[in-house]
Amino acid sequence: MAADSLGGHRGRPYPSPSITEGPMSTDSTSADAVTLGSEGPLRGATTQAGGPAEPPSGESRATVSGGRARRRLGDTIFKGLSISSALLILVILAGVAIFLINRAWPVFGAAPEEISGGQGFFSYVWPLVVGTVIASVIAMVLAAPVAVGIALFISHYSPKRLSAALGFVIDLLAAVPSVIYGMWGWTVLAPLMVPSFVWLSENLGFLPFFETASRTGRTLLTASIVLAVMILPIITSVSREVFLQTPRLQEEAALALGATKWEMIRTVVWPFGKPGVIGGTMLGLGRALGETMAVAIILSVGGFSWNIINAGNSTIPSEIALNFPEASGIRLAELVAAGLVLFVITFVVNVVARYIVNRRAEFSGAN
Amino acid sequence: MAKRIDVKDLNIYYGDFHAVKDVTMTIEPRSVTAFIGPSGCGKSTVLRTLNRMHEIIPGAYVKGTVEMGGKDLYSKDTDPVDVRRRVGMVFQRPNPFPTMSIRENVLAGLRLNSKRLSKSAADELVESSLRGANLWQEVKDRLDRPGSGLSGGQQQRLCIARAIAVQPEVILMDEPCSALDPISTLAIEDLINELKEEYTVVIVTHNMQQAARVSDRTAFFNLEATGLPGELVEMNDTRIIFSNPHKTATEDYISGRFG
Amino acid sequence: MSTQALRRRRLDDIEGVELNPVRASSNRAFQVLAALAVIAAAVLRLAGVNLALAAVGSYLAFVVLVHLVYRVRNGGRVAADKTAKAVLYGTFIVAIVPLVSLLGTVIASGGATAVNPDYLLTSMRGVTGVHDRATVEEGAPLIGGAYHAIIGTLIITGLAALISVPIGLFTAVFLVEYRSKGRLATAIRFLVDVMTGIPSIVAGLFAFALWAVLFGVGTKNGFSGAVALSVLMIPTVVRSAEEMLRIVPNELREAALALGVPKWRTIVRVVLPTAASGLAAGVTLAIARVVGETAPLLVAVGVTQGINVNPGDGPMNTLAVYAYNLFKYPRNPGYPDPSLDRAWAAAFLLILVVVLLNLSARLIARFFAPKTTG
Repeated sequence: MAADSLGGHRGRPYPSPSITEGPMSTDSTSADAVTLGSEGPLRGATTQAGGPAEPPSGESRATVSGGRARRRLGDTIFKGLSISSALLILVILAGVAIFLINRAWPVFGAAPEEISGGQGFFSYVWPLVVGTVIASVIAMVLAAPVAVGIALFISHYSPKRLSAALGFVIDLLAAVPSVIYGMWGWTVLAPLMVPSFVWLSENLGFLPFFETASRTGRTLLTASIVLAVMILPIITSVSREVFLQTPRLQEEAALALGATKWEMIRTVVWPFGKPGVIGGTMLGLGRALGETMAVAIILSVGGFSWNIINAGNSTIPSEIALNFPEASGIRLAELVAAGLVLFVITFVVNVVARYIVNRRAEFSGAN
Repeated sequence: MAKRIDVKDLNIYYGDFHAVKDVTMTIEPRSVTAFIGPSGCGKSTVLRTLNRMHEIIPGAYVKGTVEMGGKDLYSKDTDPVDVRRRVGMVFQRPNPFPTMSIRENVLAGLRLNSKRLSKSAADELVESSLRGANLWQEVKDRLDRPGSGLSGGQQQRLCIARAIAVQPEVILMDEPCSALDPISTLAIEDLINELKEEYTVVIVTHNMQQAARVSDRTAFFNLEATGLPGELVEMNDTRIIFSNPHKTATEDYISGRFG
Repeated sequence: MSTQALRRRRLDDIEGVELNPVRASSNRAFQVLAALAVIAAAVLRLAGVNLALAAVGSYLAFVVLVHLVYRVRNGGRVAADKTAKAVLYGTFIVAIVPLVSLLGTVIASGGATAVNPDYLLTSMRGVTGVHDRATVEEGAPLIGGAYHAIIGTLIITGLAALISVPIGLFTAVFLVEYRSKGRLATAIRFLVDVMTGIPSIVAGLFAFALWAVLFGVGTKNGFSGAVALSVLMIPTVVRSAEEMLRIVPNELREAALALGVPKWRTIVRVVLPTAASGLAAGVTLAIARVVGETAPLLVAVGVTQGINVNPGDGPMNTLAVYAYNLFKYPRNPGYPDPSLDRAWAAAFLLILVVVLLNLSARLIARFFAPKTTG
């Protein structure tokens, strides 16, 4: 259950029940049971023998022919509903792209002067993309090692009960609404960060990232730290899942050779789980890229700047959230277009991440 | 290198569960000792206490002593990690490390347990270990290929090579042939016969013919009822166990009347 | 071959091998150092050092000391092992600290206002900065609450669940019962996974764009928000439902089918009831995931100050959007505190809902767990 709240993912190939295979979907006979797999004839016999004694409710005790007709209709309708739901998901995904393009279209035909900043859509969206990527990458870099550590702690170090409790903590971290993270970051974290920003600018001020320090603490780096906390759960849950899948026999092999626990983890658990961790980290990156409210609340919007400890910078989602309510006309199209860019970026990141996670899952299935 | 093992009044517990009761036995060096008995009788559990592998299950502990070459394996100044280096283990199913080549699999234990391992020393140990496991001729041309590409029997011999590469004093085998076909089983049994010239070998097996074929001494474990601790019923020369056992339970078991 | 084996040289005799055995160690030093670190942190704090600095400093000292002590007493391998353990215990604390701080802040800042009946039962209609100024300067009672937002949250989330649960369940049925392999199923499973990663604001833009095309630009209402939330909720429902359906034992299906029960009735009367508790838990978690969404609703539903119970007619408010708006744009920027109070109270209610939903999902999964018969 723990993993579900974190995006419902499990990087494990399911053993596929043979019953759902092949003949069922051909729909060639009315009595599905007859066509069931290789045991067909046997089941056919059972079906006939068991026909009159058919439970579970009174209404299916119809005459044989009437039952068949209804059965066929029922099966057709039910199967149709299932298939259309599945296809609807494809439609929705395509719809997201299509409708965003539809709304964003005016931007691509507009003269550069009509776009905010007056130099065309590309110069408008570019700093936002860079800001988004910087904030997300910092978040990822901060979160990944901690998440891997927590995952290892849960999977290999903590006592069982503590693992369950910690699993709940991680679930809660995942469940806290982003707007509350934003409020917390603004109120608690930002003031806490000010002394470290001052220190950074005094000691590392020669670097463009740390030139001058903000006195409110509401900066890109603060937003990144909040994002890091927010993506911690997804990276943790994927990593924990793959660490737990390490074949026990491999672990015992390492221990039996005289490995300490840590050496066992380095020899067996880490090589086995690494691809999954990479995939999970990219999923975290995807989350960070699309996260809106925390950034929108914390960051005092401004133009792009390499300085991450002062006001300025923005990300695509927060740009949309902050400006959408008052936008109209070409400005509206512009924001939707920015959303489209965000959609494409996160889509690519997620596809790659899922590909890595799934491929790893197949690989482990072979063992 | 081979050492004698003396087990005295060994009781094994998993938390509140008393798994094995009052085992006392002596395992001779340079011989093969087989543990037989019905499922759940504690033979694998006893085997695992000989290299403290049972400790990886939380809550497991033992009472009594296990001495190897006169030194208590459970004394305060003995680390389980070091015990396991000196007592090698081969498992039910072959488990070479899938991310490592054949060569690296053989060297895995050495890499863990040494500060420094020169290339020439590594080459020598890879060859001698693989030869010791009767695998050298088959794999010498593909040492850099993954170990998972070998057949099941070859993988199991690779695991044996990996175990003997660290030059342990005792080798424990937990049903090493249960996942193998008859021909591979035969190869492993031949190998066990060769290993005993140099090591103390303890093997757990379900297969009584195998125990009769490979072992010098046999220990029969049994439990009176489910939920009760397993115990050592009888231990003697394999010949005697299989021809003229002293206890009726042993006779019933080897003649196939139960278990 | 055995003679070859006998000719093996012992490790000690081979040049270029330097063994590095592990010396026995105990956990005592680890525990003592951990206790010392806690005491040191407390002392530093009492001496006036910043809490974060005291904690981080003591922890780093703890890690370094663990490494040094074990290196001297037990050698490098044990030291590495214990250091890793110390670091991993540290990451565990890193996970707890923000959560505790966040929960503490929300409870302290919003708890009192949130349980006030006036707050729960009034909307923000007619509340202006003048009132807030009076509250601060003259001690007038805080007026204006979250009633409309609570109603809006219930309606929009409920609608989203109504849309997502059937679609999600049927898709899971398709994936498990009708087509567990094959290209279409693989593609759908993959896209559902990818869909879990759609940024919430993009889902909002989608609903907005869809409504713009269907009903004219700028149409914002509760239904639109429900559609946006559904985009986020469906994949979660599909994934958890798929997992739950998969663990229904095949024998049950076969038994029913062998009796001549049609497949759809087998699914409805045997498979779904068996998985019911898991499905319910999954749906609960899916609801918990979207109930606090802000961005998509901000975009698709808009904001209103009064009560609107008709999701087909104009903007509504929800707790998350309400909290965001009052926090970011206080009614009276000169006197922000009343607005912040309201925002934190809304945050408190949201956290409460989310925690309760998570807990109940766990309880459902545990206490109504696998029934073997329908």
